Amino acid sequence: MPGEIGTVGELFMLKVLTVLSLALVMNAALAGAALAQQTQVRIAVALEPPTLDPTANAAEAVDIVVYQNVFEGLTRIDENGTVQPGLATEWTISEDGLTYTFTLAEGVTFHDGSAFDAEDVTFAFERIVAEDSLNAQKALYEPIESVTAVDPHTVEITLKRPTGTFLFDIGRPDAVIVAPESAENNARVPIGTGPFAFVQWDRGSRVILERNDVYWGERPALTRATYLFIGDTATLTNALLAGDVDGTNNMAAEVLDVFAADPRFKVLVGTTEGEVILATNNAREPFDNPKVRQAMAHAIDRHALIEGVTYGYSQPIGSHFAPHNPYYVDLTGTYPHDLDAAKALLAEAGLPDGFSATLKLPPVAYARMSGQILASQFAEVGIELELINVEWAQWLEDVFTNHDYDLSIVAHVEPFDIGIYADPDYYFGYDNPEFAALIETLNATTDDAERKDLAIEAQRILAEDAVNGYLFELAQTGVWDARLEGMWQNSPIEGVVLRDIRWVE
Amino acid sequence: MTFVLRRLLGFAATLFVAAAVIFFLLDLLPGDPARFILGINASAEAVANLRIQLGLEAPAWQRFFAWIGSMLIGDFGVSYTQGAPVAALIGERLWVSLPLALFAMVLSAAVGLPIGIAAARRRGSPIDTGLMVLAQLGVAIPNFWFGMLLTLVFAVGLRWLPTGGFTPWHEDPAAALRALMLPGIALALPQAAILARVMRTALVEVTGQDFIRTARAKGMTMSEAVWRHGVRNAFLPVLTILGLQFAYLVAGVIIVENVFYLPGLGRLIFTAISERDLILVRGITIVLVIGVTLTMLLTDLCYALVDPRLREGGS
Amino acid sequence: MRLPRHPSLIIGLAATAVFVALALLSLVWTPYPIAQIDIARRFQGPSGAHWLGTDFFGRDMASLVMSGTLTSFTVAAAAVVIGAGLGVPLGLAAAIWRGPVEWLILRGSDFVFAFPALVVAILITALIGPGAINAVVAIGVFNIPVFARVARGGALTVVSLDFVAAARLAGLSNAAIARRHLLPNIMGLVIVQATIQLALGILAEAGLSYIGLGTQPPATSLGLMLRDAQSLFVLHPFLSLVPGLVIIVIVIALNLAGDGLRDALDPRLKPVESAA
Repeated sequence: MPGEIGTVGELFMLKVLTVLSLALVMNAALAGAALAQQTQVRIAVALEPPTLDPTANAAEAVDIVVYQNVFEGLTRIDENGTVQPGLATEWTISEDGLTYTFTLAEGVTFHDGSAFDAEDVTFAFERIVAEDSLNAQKALYEPIESVTAVDPHTVEITLKRPTGTFLFDIGRPDAVIVAPESAENNARVPIGTGPFAFVQWDRGSRVILERNDVYWGERPALTRATYLFIGDTATLTNALLAGDVDGTNNMAAEVLDVFAADPRFKVLVGTTEGEVILATNNAREPFDNPKVRQAMAHAIDRHALIEGVTYGYSQPIGSHFAPHNPYYVDLTGTYPHDLDAAKALLAEAGLPDGFSATLKLPPVAYARMSGQILASQFAEVGIELELINVEWAQWLEDVFTNHDYDLSIVAHVEPFDIGIYADPDYYFGYDNPEFAALIETLNATTDDAERKDLAIEAQRILAEDAVNGYLFELAQTGVWDARLEGMWQNSPIEGVVLRDIRWVE
Repeated sequence: MTFVLRRLLGFAATLFVAAAVIFFLLDLLPGDPARFILGINASAEAVANLRIQLGLEAPAWQRFFAWIGSMLIGDFGVSYTQGAPVAALIGERLWVSLPLALFAMVLSAAVGLPIGIAAARRRGSPIDTGLMVLAQLGVAIPNFWFGMLLTLVFAVGLRWLPTGGFTPWHEDPAAALRALMLPGIALALPQAAILARVMRTALVEVTGQDFIRTARAKGMTMSEAVWRHGVRNAFLPVLTILGLQFAYLVAGVIIVENVFYLPGLGRLIFTAISERDLILVRGITIVLVIGVTLTMLLTDLCYALVDPRLREGGS
Repeated sequence: MRLPRHPSLIIGLAATAVFVALALLSLVWTPYPIAQIDIARRFQGPSGAHWLGTDFFGRDMASLVMSGTLTSFTVAAAAVVIGAGLGVPLGLAAAIWRGPVEWLILRGSDFVFAFPALVVAILITALIGPGAINAVVAIGVFNIPVFARVARGGALTVVSLDFVAAARLAGLSNAAIARRHLLPNIMGLVIVQATIQLALGILAEAGLSYIGLGTQPPATSLGLMLRDAQSLFVLHPFLSLVPGLVIIVIVIALNLAGDGLRDALDPRLKPVESAA
């Protein structure tokens, strides 16, 4: 970001690389002329999916490859986070908000040639809510009372209670429609109805998708897409610079300057649904004291944190809510960075000399870096943090399941997930019946203006209680070949959607 | 023959103990594979279902013997997270890691040995000093750092070779080979440097011995004598190092595969551990142990062939 | 031992001493505290205030190098202590008792060799979390068979000599013979091997740090500095060059010292040359 100017030596390094690569661009240009219109793309993503079945695995990496490419749901979420028709071309909702009637698209086939109809929809949803379901978001679909195939192209879903987010929820990767014939094998050979069909998966290396030429909807421009799994930032930077990949959905902020300055690339900065929070164990001393949590909130310098971790590419948050959401209210000023106020609050809480605590950090760069910076910031008010780096599996067990932690840093990436604070058994240990009642009202409310008021009230309660430290909203920073168009700038839901991506000259 | 038999018995015993250590050590790992697969929003009920499905509820000793038993018939089980047979997953990756390790070994020998011989023949000359300084450098550069420098020059700058990744052999053998070039060089450098040093030392030592003096007395020049007799005799220590190298290459492979995002065994075990895919971790570890033990066994046998006196001694 | 005849020994020892001194100095003084993060002053080039500039967190590079050198040396040295402390007695026991004891020790050392070091390091980390201690354990375990082999090899050449036979006749126990006669005779060999393993330990720590298993922040090591700077290399190569070159210089210094010591001692006693 601005403010840092490379030294002579650093610029020299870049120059050497540029000269070397320019000489080669000439060669490449000659070779490139033979390829008339590019219709293939190679996209680098950080994590390899463990399986390719989004209905039985929580990993975001699964969705990134298959969501809306291989698999489709009844609805789909677009780049702005709004619900669009998917396999259901239209729907009606009963007066009481309990019955949804979906009209299904016609002439749809799965990639293995089998036809798609209402039976597939009932199968897919019954599989999600089944007793032995492995769906990671099963709880979201718990309001479903029944799913009925009225005729081959009409499905009726009845709910136990009105659910404001139902149309969004059935557009999630977890609720894509799978066929009874192929569902069992989707983990390795995914068969969906989407615009791209699965070709091959070279484990550890790449997944290749090819355009589905009998796709029922609009045909995409790309004929072939390869997802390459590159976790290391240095390696990914080199792969982009060398032209070995055409783009990546999310690049570490520290190297974006390299690409921003290079006309061969474009940097797309957008939003995600990831609120990075300093998760705080409210059930444990001294964090059960609101004054201590408020003191911590005063001790956080969000500006330095955002500069240091994301090089300024992220927005600060003051509560558990995404800034780009229409219900958002700016609460970053609730407890401004103020060391004296922090010390005073600590003294009031009977801890004038501060205290020590542990901070468990999962293996993601934003957490590890934020942890170091926060430890340095907290030290100024006498709070000594011991950093403990853990792997995800261990984080899930220690922090999330057993609540065995003081503090942690993690991004909550589910859209509109403020409701997690209503559960006193959630790992925050936050028990506020008033808040829980508010969320219950919010869930049952369908009127938009009312929902907005309730959501704002919920944000305010969390901010004032300083339940967690609210740090920043993760940005999505994609780096792409300058000639590519149609990539999602924002990431309202996990996925790298190929349907609009195309090469332009 | 008893020597060979003793060796084979030791081999089998090592493997059994290794299997037990691997199995029970991994059982202690914190973190539940089922919870990992299903993520933070899954219900306790879904996690319990998956645990039963994965066969995680049986007592440890039962699972241990079941595991050993099925491995003996070539069945390594099914990966928790990927749902594919472990043997197949390992097989795929071996097609990357094994050629990479072999290429690095051949390259290190092809570069290291001649350098060692050249330095020994011109012992004390500036060439000797220069080569040995290079060898010192080769040993001292951290291989992941060297790998990155190689990428910047040959892949990003000159674009002679890819920055990483791998094209399967059956698709394009030439591309597969190209993908292994830079990682192979990064991996081979320290080994080549070590071999050069060992070769030089061994040769210098050999030249002081009787048969070289005899050869010299017969009218051979020093370099002829060294070439005819010295190199052959210096080969024993070099053989030892080559055998040991395989074990070290395994470690190097894990790091280098990460630098070049190669789909090899090293990356597989890394992700398998972080995803708590214990059955896969066990499978890979035992395969690596078999690999290293087997090379050590083969080196020992070669050794005994070259030098029969060793059959008597313990080592 | 006549030092002046071995320039590489002097160069190696002197360079090592400089870095050890810098490392030890960091215990009592660094130009800036290494945990002090100041984003506003990051990526500064070398200057009077910051001799080696500042890193991506605005920390003073010179301070980080001093402290990182200390960690790298400590990890490598502790691993050598583990390796020599357990390996040498085992090697001596094998040489003096021979028979089943020797067989068991040799098989045991083969067994440890058979486990890919890095895989064990990954397992240890998964069990008890990453950190410098685990790096020490992982590297130390693999030093044991190295020292055991060196000690056994050295002791075997001594054990057949007359004075050992004489000691035996005089009624000395095996343990006493090992302590009084074998150990002093192989000490030089062990010291040479220790310098080599020290160099390898520093490289191994860097490798472990690269894959996230070594030293953990807010502490730092040369390997951790190198890893953190890896992704910034294209923009800020200096951050990577400093720890990289320091590692190279230290490892070469140690190897030179080892080579020099070997030449200065009986040249027939060859340590086990091992790979990185």
